[in-house]
Amino acid sequence: MMSSIKIKIKSKIVFAAVLLLLSVSVLAAGGGKFKQVNINVHDKSALQRGAVLFVNNCLSCHSAAYMRYNRLGEDLGLSEDQVRETFLPANAKIGDTMTVSMTADEATAWFGNKAPDLSVVGRSKGANWLNAYLTSFYQDENGEWNNTVFPDLVMPHVFWEQQGVQKAIFKDEEDAHGYTHKVFSHFETVSEGSQSAEEYQSTIHDLVTYLIYMGEPARIQRESMGIWVLLFLAMFTLVAYMLKVEYWKDIH
Amino acid sequence: MAKPASNLKKHGLELFNWFDKRLPISDFWEAHLAGYYAPKNFNFWYFFGSLAMLILVMQIVTGIFLTMHYKPSAEEAFASVEYIMRDVQWGWLIRYMHTTGASLFFVVIYLHMFRGLMYGSYRKPRELVWIFGMLIYVLLMAEAFLGYILPWGQMSYWGAQVIVSLFGAIPKFGGILTEWIRGDFFIADATLNRFFALHVIAVPLMLLMLVVLHLSALHQVGSNNPDGIEIKDKKDADGIPLDGIPFHPYYTVKDIFGVGVFLFIFAFIIFFSPELGGLFLEHDNFVPADPMVTPIHIKPVWYFTPYYAILRAIPDKLAGVMVMFSAIVMLFLLPWLDRSPVKSIRYKGWINKTLMIMFAVAFIRLGMLGMAEGTIAETYESRFWTFIYFAFFGLLWFFSKYEKTKPVPERVTK
Amino acid sequence: MSSDDNNHAQPADPGRRRMLIGATSAIGAVGVGFVAVPFIQSWMPSERAKAVGAPVEVDLRTIKPDQIIKVMWRGQTIGIMNRSKRLLDRLTGHDDFLLDPASAVVEQQPEFAVNVHRSIKPEWLVFNMHCTHLGCIPQVLAEPGSFAWEADWPGGFFCPCHKSKFDLSGRVFKGVPAPTNLIIPPYSFIDDNTVIIGVTGAA
Repeated sequence: MMSSIKIKIKSKIVFAAVLLLLSVSVLAAGGGKFKQVNINVHDKSALQRGAVLFVNNCLSCHSAAYMRYNRLGEDLGLSEDQVRETFLPANAKIGDTMTVSMTADEATAWFGNKAPDLSVVGRSKGANWLNAYLTSFYQDENGEWNNTVFPDLVMPHVFWEQQGVQKAIFKDEEDAHGYTHKVFSHFETVSEGSQSAEEYQSTIHDLVTYLIYMGEPARIQRESMGIWVLLFLAMFTLVAYMLKVEYWKDIH
Repeated sequence: MAKPASNLKKHGLELFNWFDKRLPISDFWEAHLAGYYAPKNFNFWYFFGSLAMLILVMQIVTGIFLTMHYKPSAEEAFASVEYIMRDVQWGWLIRYMHTTGASLFFVVIYLHMFRGLMYGSYRKPRELVWIFGMLIYVLLMAEAFLGYILPWGQMSYWGAQVIVSLFGAIPKFGGILTEWIRGDFFIADATLNRFFALHVIAVPLMLLMLVVLHLSALHQVGSNNPDGIEIKDKKDADGIPLDGIPFHPYYTVKDIFGVGVFLFIFAFIIFFSPELGGLFLEHDNFVPADPMVTPIHIKPVWYFTPYYAILRAIPDKLAGVMVMFSAIVMLFLLPWLDRSPVKSIRYKGWINKTLMIMFAVAFIRLGMLGMAEGTIAETYESRFWTFIYFAFFGLLWFFSKYEKTKPVPERVTK
Repeated sequence: MSSDDNNHAQPADPGRRRMLIGATSAIGAVGVGFVAVPFIQSWMPSERAKAVGAPVEVDLRTIKPDQIIKVMWRGQTIGIMNRSKRLLDRLTGHDDFLLDPASAVVEQQPEFAVNVHRSIKPEWLVFNMHCTHLGCIPQVLAEPGSFAWEADWPGGFFCPCHKSKFDLSGRVFKGVPAPTNLIIPPYSFIDDNTVIIGVTGAA
């Protein structure tokens, strides 16, 4: 009798767990569109390289209005003087956020609109999208910059000297209803850049690592303290379980 | 005997008695904890009531601390959330506790409700317990919706736009009603400000009152159990139910263990996956609200998606809204739809068991479809499961009465 | 407690039960303590508040002799006064009327300001203008004799709220509500013409 009920209870727990897994698996299934990139926000040297890339190449147009320079230094293991030398604009203070000098009006005049703030772009777009986007610039027939991940964008290819110039090859594909679509097939190199394909991929990986970090600087602290919290709770749960068993000896 | 320690104990007791004469402390303790007899055969499914209480308290505490830094204005809301996440000391932890708590609240409540469904906990004499519980569930959905607008991201904005527009389906008064709710001609600063007030004060107050009513009604009639039999029917010479054990200490120690397991899961999500792949914090909500651009893939947070799928399945605005709301109304009617001579699913026949599984599958599958993109095939599937969802209530009404049941034991099985 | 088959038997091992209650309570209490820390610390100044409270640089070239300017540092009004020789001469001769003429109260100034002019360079007085009584900003009555009520006023500061009086080094007079001299904040000179408030030490 006891054992049959135990099995029943167990089967119910399994049932509940399966339901939970089912619902979570729906989400996991949605992420196959772009190449998977693994980001380690605890890799300080990647973060430092990425921060330099970001400040030198992105920050001239895009702000990161929620990111403070001193926070950057603390999280990346840089001293205040290093932050001043490497990152800080001439008249900025160490506690300032990463703003741009370009006004909204100037940006509209030059590019048609203001470049979006990139503080949380790592969270809204995710690492896979950012990586795909930054490697998918190409030059179209008119010599204009375009991008297969974000077509007809305004932004030029900032890293073209590193990556070189590539063109996109499209092929025609017929869908179920008989309509033909131009579908991206592959890139062909037009001219070599200063970096090899692997080097460029590694450059972009550093930058994406930085963008993911910048989306949530607390992640470094969160992940490193989490394990201790879990260990503590496991200990508490164990003792609480022993207490429960002890009391329930009374119940027959 | 004259040790200082026992002296201290004596004075402590005197102090306690002074208060106890003037405030029903020990009466309360006796009525609701040490002298409240609960069936001794509670299983896994009986953890979720106390866990829901725990989450409610955590949501209130973390919520109070978030209001200390949050700015309920269209201009500042998004930035103030990032301010909490970056500049406020431990702000990220407090916010993640609140966002994770919100989602887990629904996990716990759904499991708690399913427990009631399985063991017939809504049946006579517990109809009011169920009704108060359902009111808590509805208010909780309102609370979650109102809170979701506060970060003022794209999903906040467009989620509010869609939900508020539901009221526009009401003939004649729809237009003026939506304007009244928004306080503007679109989701605007005024809307955010009033939703904030409702989220932090009005709805939580009502929730607390309903929780008191829910528990008062429960303790008036006593808890149900997995066998669905009334333990009060079999009492010993002192009037204590033979199958009852005092809630304290037996269920308090058991629930403390349950709290430990829950907190472990809770902390795991907070520290290692607070977005939970976009389920608990949606990616598009990290883009500031923009009234000119709707996100391509707009959907509500996971706990609303079953109803959202029902809404999308119906190809008519007014009818869709009505069907969606009646999906919730049906749950209120359960105490009177179930006419079985037994309470617990354990002693019901295979038809009723199948019905319950179908209902659970329909709810989960609708939830998944509500998260999907809404292709034509998915819409047809949603219609199928919507039909199953509603069919459950009708079939329950019929088969609960006419299907043969198994004999119910005299005493609880444990 | 007479139930036949179900409950309230005396525990077989009361010691073990007490020990487990103690252990669960202790770990639980420690846990609650841990959780309280983030909530309490969330009230401390945020990174934004600290950034706003960062050191302030002031160009001294714009301040004419005997003139005073006010700047904000950490929400406090900091006065910077260019005291000419004429005013500096009025810092002596009234020690008997002062509560703390030698700046003996350590908390009121950095060590570099323990002197008669209470400053690094005699002419530049950099001071927190808030009255040490209840925080009002005193009036500047720099000219000797400019105070209608006192014939031999040596020049100084007069708080309108509760009539506290300070001399031109911010030293409090006896017989007024303010208990101590005005506070000298940490500051230093980046170069001859620039002072930075909030940073001590040679730079």
